[in-house]
Amino acid sequence: MDIVEEILKQNRLALSKGITAVENEYDNAVDIMTKIYTHTGHAYVIGITGPPGAGKSTLTDKIAKEFRKRGKTVGIVAIDPTSPYSGGAILGDRIRMMDLMMDSGIFIRSMATRGSLGGLSQKAGDAVKLMDAFGMDIILVETVGVGQSEVDIVKTADTTMVVVIPGMGDDIQAIKAGILEIGDLLTINKADREGADKLNIEMEMMLELNNEKNAGWRPPINRTIASKDQGTEAVVDSILAHRDFLMKTGKLDDIRKARIKSEVTDMVNVRVNRYIDKNVVRTAEFDETIEKLQRRETEPYSVVDNIVSKVLK
Amino acid sequence: MANIKVLVAKPGLDGHDRGAKVVARALRDAGFEVIYTGIRLTPEQIAEAALQDDVNVVALSLLSGAHNTLFPKVVELLKEKGMTDVLVIGGGVIPDADIPGLKAAGIAEVFTPGTPTSKVVDFINANVK
Amino acid sequence: MANETLKAGFDAYMAKADAASAKFPERAHLEPNRLYTPLDIEGFDYEKDLGFPGEYPFTRGVQPTMYRGKFWTMRMYAGFSTAEESNKRYRYLLANGGSGLSCAFDLPTQIGYDSTDPMAEGEVGKVGVAIDSLADMEILFDQIALDKVSTSMTINAPASVLLCMYIAVAKKQGVPSDALRGTIQNDILKEYAARGTYIFPPKPSMRLITNIFEYCAKYVPKWNTISISGYHIREAGSTASQEIAFTIADGIAYVEAAIKAGMDVDAFAGRLSFFWNAHNNVLEEVAKFRASRRVWAKVMKERFGAKKAKSMMLRVHTQTAGSMLTAQQPNNNIVRVALQTAAAVMGGTQSLHTNSKDEALALPTTESVTIALRTQQIVAYESGLADTIDPLGGSYYVEALTNKIEKEAWDYIEKIDELGGAPEAIAKGYIQKEIQDSAYKWQMDIEAGRRIIVGVNKFTQEEEPPKNLLRVDGSVGKLQADKIAKVKATRDNAAVAAKLAALKAACADEHVNLVPLILEAVEAYATEGEICGVMREVFGEYKAHTAL
Repeated sequence: MDIVEEILKQNRLALSKGITAVENEYDNAVDIMTKIYTHTGHAYVIGITGPPGAGKSTLTDKIAKEFRKRGKTVGIVAIDPTSPYSGGAILGDRIRMMDLMMDSGIFIRSMATRGSLGGLSQKAGDAVKLMDAFGMDIILVETVGVGQSEVDIVKTADTTMVVVIPGMGDDIQAIKAGILEIGDLLTINKADREGADKLNIEMEMMLELNNEKNAGWRPPINRTIASKDQGTEAVVDSILAHRDFLMKTGKLDDIRKARIKSEVTDMVNVRVNRYIDKNVVRTAEFDETIEKLQRRETEPYSVVDNIVSKVLK
Repeated sequence: MANIKVLVAKPGLDGHDRGAKVVARALRDAGFEVIYTGIRLTPEQIAEAALQDDVNVVALSLLSGAHNTLFPKVVELLKEKGMTDVLVIGGGVIPDADIPGLKAAGIAEVFTPGTPTSKVVDFINANVK
Repeated sequence: MANETLKAGFDAYMAKADAASAKFPERAHLEPNRLYTPLDIEGFDYEKDLGFPGEYPFTRGVQPTMYRGKFWTMRMYAGFSTAEESNKRYRYLLANGGSGLSCAFDLPTQIGYDSTDPMAEGEVGKVGVAIDSLADMEILFDQIALDKVSTSMTINAPASVLLCMYIAVAKKQGVPSDALRGTIQNDILKEYAARGTYIFPPKPSMRLITNIFEYCAKYVPKWNTISISGYHIREAGSTASQEIAFTIADGIAYVEAAIKAGMDVDAFAGRLSFFWNAHNNVLEEVAKFRASRRVWAKVMKERFGAKKAKSMMLRVHTQTAGSMLTAQQPNNNIVRVALQTAAAVMGGTQSLHTNSKDEALALPTTESVTIALRTQQIVAYESGLADTIDPLGGSYYVEALTNKIEKEAWDYIEKIDELGGAPEAIAKGYIQKEIQDSAYKWQMDIEAGRRIIVGVNKFTQEEEPPKNLLRVDGSVGKLQADKIAKVKATRDNAAVAAKLAALKAACADEHVNLVPLILEAVEAYATEGEICGVMREVFGEYKAHTAL
């Protein structure tokens, strides 16, 4: 099967196998991504993030349904953390999206973070491109907003939505403060819970302080009860309003340029890191140097200079 | 880096998910990436989920006695979708007499009550394609 | 003996025994203490903690005479294939000394699908009898006098429909509804948490339940309108304390819902019943039964201000633990069931189903069902366990264990209160998570050899595959399809459409009691799938989203 050709013909199996190739870094992955690149750039990408327990996947499910109602096809990339102890993962989003399973206008892919060398955002980005080339109009990328790499992924979306819920206590404040500022849209889910009004006011106040990036755009705060499918339409309206804003102001081009830049930078970093890992770190010479450092026979600054000058020759 | 992906699914109307959940957790703890789909699924939903996540293994659990109808149907649908290299295994209250028929229909192994989860892990490691 | 003297004696004993126990390291991990003494039940107050049987807090039992008045109801859960086949099994059980019926329905019936629904594929007649319309129910109870027998029905989401079918069959037999005795399970909360045969979302489900409470209080006063079930919570892997705690928390939610619907607590609370699991650890189970009665009595009296003693009594049906049956060396299961029976009887159950030895493999054969029934009869007539009330009352160990389980249960109930009650705790996945954690621990303990199951992880042997298992063949689906076609061809279809339309309109108005409308639809031979279909349209369907 020629994966690229078949993806362009909307073969679902090919799409799935293509994503596996990039996810597992199979030999054909680079080839697939090279050929697919010119076919991408059509989909509108929405990042959805927020603290654990915010109801992101239920909300993602409802947003996907709302876009389907409006005649759009939807791809979903749902990312869950890998257990640092076993290396295994429970990919828990699909259970909330089983309703969507029989809709041929939807494709959901779960991914584990796998703790690789910063390659996660690249892999997720490649999965998005494959879905884009397949012909999905809208692509939702959903992650838990806890780790930097997860936040990086959604940050590169065209529109980023941050989901929070009332009553998560003080420990959530730090997370909130950190991720709220990346949101072009803010959504208070489980809005029937106590504390929704208070949270809303707090968030409004935070918006007063922030935000040069969105000059001319004030992130709307929507309230939803995703489990009852309440408020989804307004969220989708806000997403589309943000898209219009970006297009009208020309910022969409800026965002996409920044995304390409960050992708290429990441790719370079990953490749350089791997090169260093293979040719420097995993060598007997390096082990010896470490021993020397431990015995204080040398010092790290000249060691680094030496390595860098060799690598960058 | 290729991790083994397993879809743990309950076809049919049976709601007894203790075994499926215990197995799902044990597989996670053995280092697999596990997608648990919950109860009351049609074979079509299971096959489509397996395709979208390109899983290596589909683990079916059923205690209601409908296994002879529903397990083979999942295998059939996977084949129809071109998912020919998936290892399909089953578990639940399944009489020994039904096992040869299920194996002939493409279920690689059937685990009956009392099977330690480590046996399921070992079987997957040894047989995953 | 003064406590100080006793304490000194105990310490001396422990010093000696600790030295000796080095020889038995494999018994050293056991949770209960090696020996219980009066020190373990300090502050024990007979009148406050136990009281007399039939008196608050009912620790020793809900009736003054217990099994000296009459034995528990020996109620064997049965049903498979068609109504015709199940009717034969019911009449066999009644002829052999069974004293009540217990109907098992197949999954399509439990989830409100007709046998012809695509969702029913492969499931028709498998785990119970297939009931599609009143016509099937008439056959199921053919030649069984409904004024003489008490019938328990394991039915939850569509409980109202099956209860109406039962009332309609009785009417045809000339038995008025106020003479009917029996139980519907009707416990939707544990379906969300542990068993999985839900249909509608929580709100309309709770409405149906309170509608039934109200209807039965008026027209079917001897009927137990709910069987609040810990059985399935335990089967899903909970501990003994979790079983009673989560179930009583569900019970609290039902009582609150009925009070909110305007009912007086003493008008319905006497018809609430419970359903426990009889598990392997005999004395822990006895303590669980005792503790549960004490907790419920306090809940009803202190929290809800019930006045009638009947409202405070936790009356319980029990089933031996299905999940403890092993597929390996199935004859061993006879012994397990006998011990579980002993636990339920010493715990003071009001009725009991005993599992058959082959149920880890398939549905039970007539022979194995007979052994299971005989087990109850042997315990009743030969063992002496039923000769005196609460025979373990006053045992240092059992009293200490009763206190411990009660305390653990209160801790959970408090936690669930904090989360906003059982429905909220289930919506948040809290109860499911607690159960799953216990189930996982149980399995890992077995795999690590910390818990021994004879024939499974110790004393295993090669064995022949068992023979003579009961099989339900695939033709049941066809038989049921023919019956549905016949019903639809002979009934007044315009009348059915009118009844269904009326029901649908009533569903949208939450002040209407739906039971009379369901009864009318049933009597017009609307199918279960049609009735539940109408309710699905208005109420929507519940989707479980519990993560692992």
